[in-house]
Amino acid sequence: MKNFSVEMLVQEANNQRKSISEIVMEQESADSGKTHEELLQRMLKSLNVMEEAIKEGMNPNLRSASGLSGGNTFKLSQAIEQGTIKSNMFSKAMVRALAVSELNACMGRIVAAPTAGSAGILPAVLFTAKEEYDVSDEILAKALFTAGGIGIIIAEQASISGAEGGCQAECGSATGMAAAALVEILGGTPEMSAHACAIALKNAMGLVCDPVAGLVEVPCVKRNVSGTVNAFAAANLALAGIKSAIPVDEVIKAMGTVGRQMPRELKETAEGGIAITPTAKKIQSCQS
Amino acid sequence: MNVFDIIGPIMVGPSSSHTAGAARIGKVARTILGEEPIEAIIDMHGSFAKTYKGHGTDKALLAGLMGFEVDDARIRNSLELAKQKGIKFIFNTVEMGNVHPNTARINVTGESGRKVCVQGASIGGGNIVITEIDGIEVEFTGNLHTLIVCHKDTPGIIASVTNILATAKVNIAYMKVYRTLKGGDAIMVIEADQSIVEENINCIKNISDVSSVAIVTPLNEGW
Repeated sequence: MKNFSVEMLVQEANNQRKSISEIVMEQESADSGKTHEELLQRMLKSLNVMEEAIKEGMNPNLRSASGLSGGNTFKLSQAIEQGTIKSNMFSKAMVRALAVSELNACMGRIVAAPTAGSAGILPAVLFTAKEEYDVSDEILAKALFTAGGIGIIIAEQASISGAEGGCQAECGSATGMAAAALVEILGGTPEMSAHACAIALKNAMGLVCDPVAGLVEVPCVKRNVSGTVNAFAAANLALAGIKSAIPVDEVIKAMGTVGRQMPRELKETAEGGIAITPTAKKIQSCQS
Repeated sequence: MNVFDIIGPIMVGPSSSHTAGAARIGKVARTILGEEPIEAIIDMHGSFAKTYKGHGTDKALLAGLMGFEVDDARIRNSLELAKQKGIKFIFNTVEMGNVHPNTARINVTGESGRKVCVQGASIGGGNIVITEIDGIEVEFTGNLHTLIVCHKDTPGIIASVTNILATAKVNIAYMKVYRTLKGGDAIMVIEADQSIVEENINCIKNISDVSSVAIVTPLNEGW
């Protein structure tokens, strides 16, 4: 996958009349010496961990060591059950994103995708698609190769680390990866996946990493929810044939530049943004 | 970088650097010790020192020392589990100076009384670098099959070790030797593409002037 661009992935997919996931799997197979079947089985294992994490995150008694996270997934799903919030694709996707992110904050088992702090977005998007459109786990696992392939390109051309590129690099990347994966699941073309990714990344451009008390909780957990909704929005726009005016590879490069331009205070140091508000400082002093 | 570096690792949260990476540093220390730990003094520096409670860095380091993988749900309860096993442990927050902000130093004693001191840094995404073993500066990531041989600095040892690997058709990707002083304690770190089997490890252990041998297997073997 080294030195690939998203455009190259799309072109390769079009030339071979294949999906992006198949091109990524071919590359991965060539790099690792593993067969397609081995790769798929390994990804199904990760997919299974994601599904388990959604279930475990529903536990109403979950609390993080800091006390900042836990219990909100239950609150949200109760509100849906009681009709306070309409039960639909979005509200259910939000529950799943919250579940995995809260579980992560509470030291549960998750799949970093691409990071632990952004681990809720891909599971939420995939398993909501599974329920709404009745797709198989195999299709979801393949879509994770699309997400992963694009993730590699983002990691190489920009960053997937909050310390290097701010939250746009973590929740932003996850959103772009999820949008592209969702388009493929729903039968969109490789170009549409690329546009969905570009739109999602643009929506997250400049997002800073300002964790309260330096912990992966506030604002990270709720950003997984908004990232999930962003992924659906971007995928839907792309599936309707709406294009990103700026090609995805240029967006990724711009994201890398923005990350470098961002002051260090806003890159996971907890020295800027909401992390230095009076309330955040009070929370921090209770942690040490 | 491969797809499973991005969609992965499968790990216990909340932070790949402060939890998964910490567990890996602990696991490497345990591997180098080569036996059940009974006592550990663990120093945490920088961001590890500042945020260890909320990230469970202490739990992860100790879990690794007990041999748990990064995705082991027991990491959450490792402090209690260690107490149940009768392992004594102390955590210190320290200032180590000009080292990576996520650095830990583990002084561990095994059931035979053997002691080792391992220092490592968690450099992001669950990736680590081991920077010191028993006061000798080293540098390896644990991403490949890593053979760590502690020995006396005498002629022919390197050839003896690499001969065994050559015969076993193990390809050496990276290799470094470190010593305290001429003829003193030395460490050989070999990072290989293939796994190194028990039989070969035993042969290396039998070389005279080799005091201990450890093998660290790569993280990405969730296959």
